[in-house]
Amino acid sequence: MLEKNYMKLEFLSKSNNESFARVVVAAFASQLDPTLEELSDIKTAVSEAVTNAIIHGYEYKEGIVIVESRIENNQIEITVEDKGMGIADIHKAMEPFYTSKPDLERSGMGFTVMETFMDRLEVESIKGEGTKIKMVKTFKSLSSEE
Amino acid sequence: MLLKMEKHNNGLIVQLKGELDHHSTENTRQKIDQQYFDKNLINMVLDLRELNFMDSSGIGLIMGRYKNCKERKGNIVLVSNNSYIDRMLKMSGLLKIINVYPTIEEAVENL
Repeated sequence: MLEKNYMKLEFLSKSNNESFARVVVAAFASQLDPTLEELSDIKTAVSEAVTNAIIHGYEYKEGIVIVESRIENNQIEITVEDKGMGIADIHKAMEPFYTSKPDLERSGMGFTVMETFMDRLEVESIKGEGTKIKMVKTFKSLSSEE
Repeated sequence: MLLKMEKHNNGLIVQLKGELDHHSTENTRQKIDQQYFDKNLINMVLDLRELNFMDSSGIGLIMGRYKNCKERKGNIVLVSNNSYIDRMLKMSGLLKIINVYPTIEEAVENL
């Protein structure tokens, strides 16, 4: 009964697309019958990644954010990619509470939230070329029924 | 984002309804700060019970209002009864410096 599935979404780096992106991914994930908590986790993680692409990747300039998602069995993989400026120091960026933009009242919690709410997080970034965030989560609700 | 703001003694009670993300925080922050500073208030109650989404941008907004209140020697408290919002608050470490109450009445009493 479980199948593979895939979707790709491209949109402009506008902040009003943050809710659009997380709702689309949540709708795609819902075919795995996640719990409300698992769905909230995914929405929040996607929101963080897309916000990072808009604020840090493109620094509010116009660009394209690419969100892809793959489903395999009870696992979902989500990638959020921008072709923006890239992260100079990934380790520093991933430290809790670190923000390169303190003047914007950023909490510096984005990567911490993604790491906490997803099972796995990988960040690839090349300065001047862009950033790709890959997140994986296994839905426990489904695996327990198997 | 729907905001309902009300002055209570020397404090501002803010009820937030909707989704608090990076997009909505910019406008929300401006509106709250305008009321808070224009009315020359000191304390603040942020009622998060009607929020159905909040990410780390919301945490940034709360931290910023906390700083404003502290600068004015005031206090800030939160109202929440939503386990999802509570999880974000806990993760951020905000609960170590800001108290949360289940109702506005209790929050106001403890300002």
